[in-house]
Amino acid sequence: MKYLLMLALLLPTLSFAGVAKDIADDPVMERRMMHLAEKVRCLVCQSEPVSNSHSDWSNDVRQIMREKMKAGATDQEILDLLVERFGKSVLFDPPVDKETMPLWSAPFILLLLGGAFLVYQLKKRKGMVVEAELSAQEQMRAATLLNDSPAAQAAPSKPSKDTQA
Amino acid sequence: MIPELGHFSLIVALCLAIVLGVLPILGAARNNRVFMGVARPLAYGQLVFVGVAFVTLANAFLSNDFSVLYVAQHSNSQLPAQYRFAAIWGGHEGSLLLWALLLSVWTAAVAAFSRHLPEEMVARVLGVMGLISVGFILFMLFTSSPFERLLPAAADGRDLNPLLQDPGLVIHPPMLYMGYVGFSVAYAFAISALLGGKLDATWARWSRTWTTVAWVFMTIGIALGSGWAYYELGWGGWWFWDPVENASFMPWLLGTALIHSLAVTEKRGAFKSWTVLLAIAAFSLSLLGTFLVRSGVLTSVHSFAADPKRGIFILSFLVLVIGASLLLFAWRAPKVGLGGKFDMLSRESLLLSNNVLLSVASASVFIGTLYPLFMDALGYGKLSVGPPYFEAVFVPLMMPMVFMMGLGPLARWKKMAVPDLASRVKWAFTSALVLALLLPLLMGRFLSLESNKWSPMIVLGLLMAFWIIATLVVGLRQRWSGQGAFMVRVRKQSLSYYGMQLAHLGVALFIIGVTLVKGYETERDVRMNVGDTVMAGGYEFRFNGVTETQGPNYVAGVGHVTVNKDGRLVGELTPEKRQYNVSGMPLTEAAIQTGVFRDLYVSLGEAIPESDGAWAVRVYIKPFIDWIWAGCLLMALGGILAVSDRRYRIHKKAGAAAVSGSQFTVDGSQPEGQAS
Amino acid sequence: MMRFILPFVIFLVLSVFLYKGLGRDTREVPSPLVGKAAPAFVLPLLHEPGKVFSPKEMQGRVWLLNVWASWCGACKDEHPILMALSQQNIVPIIGLDYKDKAVDGEATLRKAGDPYSLVIADADGKVGFDYGVYGVPETYVIDKNGIIAYKLIGALTSQNLREKILPLVAELQAK
Repeated sequence: MKYLLMLALLLPTLSFAGVAKDIADDPVMERRMMHLAEKVRCLVCQSEPVSNSHSDWSNDVRQIMREKMKAGATDQEILDLLVERFGKSVLFDPPVDKETMPLWSAPFILLLLGGAFLVYQLKKRKGMVVEAELSAQEQMRAATLLNDSPAAQAAPSKPSKDTQA
Repeated sequence: MIPELGHFSLIVALCLAIVLGVLPILGAARNNRVFMGVARPLAYGQLVFVGVAFVTLANAFLSNDFSVLYVAQHSNSQLPAQYRFAAIWGGHEGSLLLWALLLSVWTAAVAAFSRHLPEEMVARVLGVMGLISVGFILFMLFTSSPFERLLPAAADGRDLNPLLQDPGLVIHPPMLYMGYVGFSVAYAFAISALLGGKLDATWARWSRTWTTVAWVFMTIGIALGSGWAYYELGWGGWWFWDPVENASFMPWLLGTALIHSLAVTEKRGAFKSWTVLLAIAAFSLSLLGTFLVRSGVLTSVHSFAADPKRGIFILSFLVLVIGASLLLFAWRAPKVGLGGKFDMLSRESLLLSNNVLLSVASASVFIGTLYPLFMDALGYGKLSVGPPYFEAVFVPLMMPMVFMMGLGPLARWKKMAVPDLASRVKWAFTSALVLALLLPLLMGRFLSLESNKWSPMIVLGLLMAFWIIATLVVGLRQRWSGQGAFMVRVRKQSLSYYGMQLAHLGVALFIIGVTLVKGYETERDVRMNVGDTVMAGGYEFRFNGVTETQGPNYVAGVGHVTVNKDGRLVGELTPEKRQYNVSGMPLTEAAIQTGVFRDLYVSLGEAIPESDGAWAVRVYIKPFIDWIWAGCLLMALGGILAVSDRRYRIHKKAGAAAVSGSQFTVDGSQPEGQAS
Repeated sequence: MMRFILPFVIFLVLSVFLYKGLGRDTREVPSPLVGKAAPAFVLPLLHEPGKVFSPKEMQGRVWLLNVWASWCGACKDEHPILMALSQQNIVPIIGLDYKDKAVDGEATLRKAGDPYSLVIADADGKVGFDYGVYGVPETYVIDKNGIIAYKLIGALTSQNLREKILPLVAELQAK
């Protein structure tokens, strides 16, 4: 049995072994198509791009994309066509416009705000924290001697309004 | 009768959780020792009863009790035993029970490992966790009991979704949930600190260990999920920016920020209110993730069947838990002290700026994930936000983050002069840059590609990774050099220091993996006759046909593909195309040969009609992809090293806090000592 | 002190959005074609492939374009509704047999009855694509000027027919 299987596996390799053909007629265009398909949402799936979906609809869209590319359409024209047919929600990569301005700018605005806030806080602290005139080494020795945690040690040096509630 | 026992057991657990949520917190407020004392026994009791419920459900699955509706919906008598067990959390109801079980485990763990903590602290922490349990058990009992009967019983079950019939299901959800739920401990510590008005360095110390452990689980959980998607979905992708993936990524990012911010709070007693807010936010995002997955407000491949009633329940719970804690925060946080002094440039400030970046990253993922919902609710119509957005936003945020990640461990606590720091990293940066510029010129040959590919993105990625590694080397050199025996100096460094460096190295490996797989992966999508070969990335794949095999509950076509490189056999790969007996669903099972420098990945497409056994076959060479998960593993390992540090061990003695305090001072001063 | 209450306020706003999002149907995609001219096409009839149909022929009349296929499960659910509707003779229903083999389509209609005034065959799905079809069945309401007034994704039910489509048809016919 095993021998037979081996033979079955070997036979074809002896007879008509060849170099496999790409499924796509034009692999370069296929790559471009798949790249574009990553930006298109499969409408019948849950949350998948057309490039990753096995659904019929995605197959169709990929086919349409191939045809349009063959006809010389640019990526943008193809996306525009899809939006015209299926609406904006077909795009996984929403273009920057009035509605998506907050979306695209939020991370960078937040970063600026966060950075500014941190700098402000650090500056403010510098003025507010009054520390005992001890060097780091002295503090360490004091702490070890007192067998106390540095937090407890720092507490007395804080302004009174900062004490714990 | 047994399933009813499980249901009853849940009700008992609910009662215990209610008492746990009320008495100890009351006791802590009134300094009533008896009330506080009940916290521990109740925590153990709750674990026992939720445990009984869980075992009951497990029994129903393993014994094929199809009179239980949930079992009938998610299992089948043909299903192999390990998947029958894992099917417990294969659906909404059972996964909630897993949540509740793990929450009880964490609660009991806090009860067991908190002998050294002040009594009222333990009482409050356990009380808060009890309250969270109340919410989840109520949710289960009211809207999603896994014990509901199906009368008359089904002859057989509907079977588990084939996509879930995988070792991934056995281990990924429990790990991830351990992480999600683990953040509840950090949250509970934060809330009890706010309640008690005692937000100090000791609080940070205690929560740090728990946070790190939860973070380790979460890191592993996410990595496992990503690996599972990689081999199961057949597209060779490892992260899809799906809403549910994002729901786990957001708390992870905040959890990472929290670990770093706890470091600042612990060392300097500073930015306490920020740290508390992070602890609240990390757990809130875990809860929000639960809501997103189970309410149907977002589309995701992973979401459970949506039910508006469930949505309303979780939303109310969310508003109650998060709203109350944020109000408590608004009330108590203004009274929190400032803490010790440090300069604009210091390790503290670098840690905090990384905090800003991690939080902004988390917020960006949040906004991207929920933006379609916002737009829809405001009446602007539908739109989708997908991977292209997240990638465009995430990379620019990663860059400064990684830059500071290199600087942080080299900077001194409290104060650092710019020229000093610059001179320390000068060489690290230069060598990283040179390597990053040159390496892509050699990669093509190394990976047997037709041509070398040099692109700015590859250089940028490599630069980030090498920068981390180079600064790490500089840091270790500084610590290890000096007088005395080398090994003594190596051993003198704390485990938490090595843990930190290991985790950072993990990030570097992760970046290398992401960069190289994105830059150099090769893909061939071919039609293969029996005996045909295809070349990809220097490997020759030969297709030897498809044979049929019988699995435990499926029939599979098994493709036989032998791989040769330079005339030498590298291995045989057997991708499968399965058809499951019960559901009739097809499933593609990719075959992967993993390797340090590349994965060979083969998946079967469809049989080509009207041909002599020809198939569509997809072949990938994925260079360095395993580095992605190796990186995650190192991060987790780093976390484990950090928590196993002697100084973070739980001390049993009553005066332990003071003792550990002194050790902790020694540690805090180490970098200074180093520099002088 | 305001900044400490800020997280709470942000969270409140967020929960309002989450609440509003609860009832939302994430699968539904509103068609951008509503309010626009129905895309022109020329397609052969299913029963008489020699003849063709074009939407221009329906100029001046309100009509329904129902996209269906023999392989589509939900189409079988809406079939009785369509049969009943065609008997009432309120509005012409043009069927578009989407990505189907003509034999299968004809067989289905022979077995279950033919509610359509006319059936056209869109074997390769090109016209379906122009109409933004992504899930069969879909039903379009097209007015006298050839403008798409409404698009229903999913099966017709007696409820959505009664509450939405028939009133709309009556309104358009009165214009």
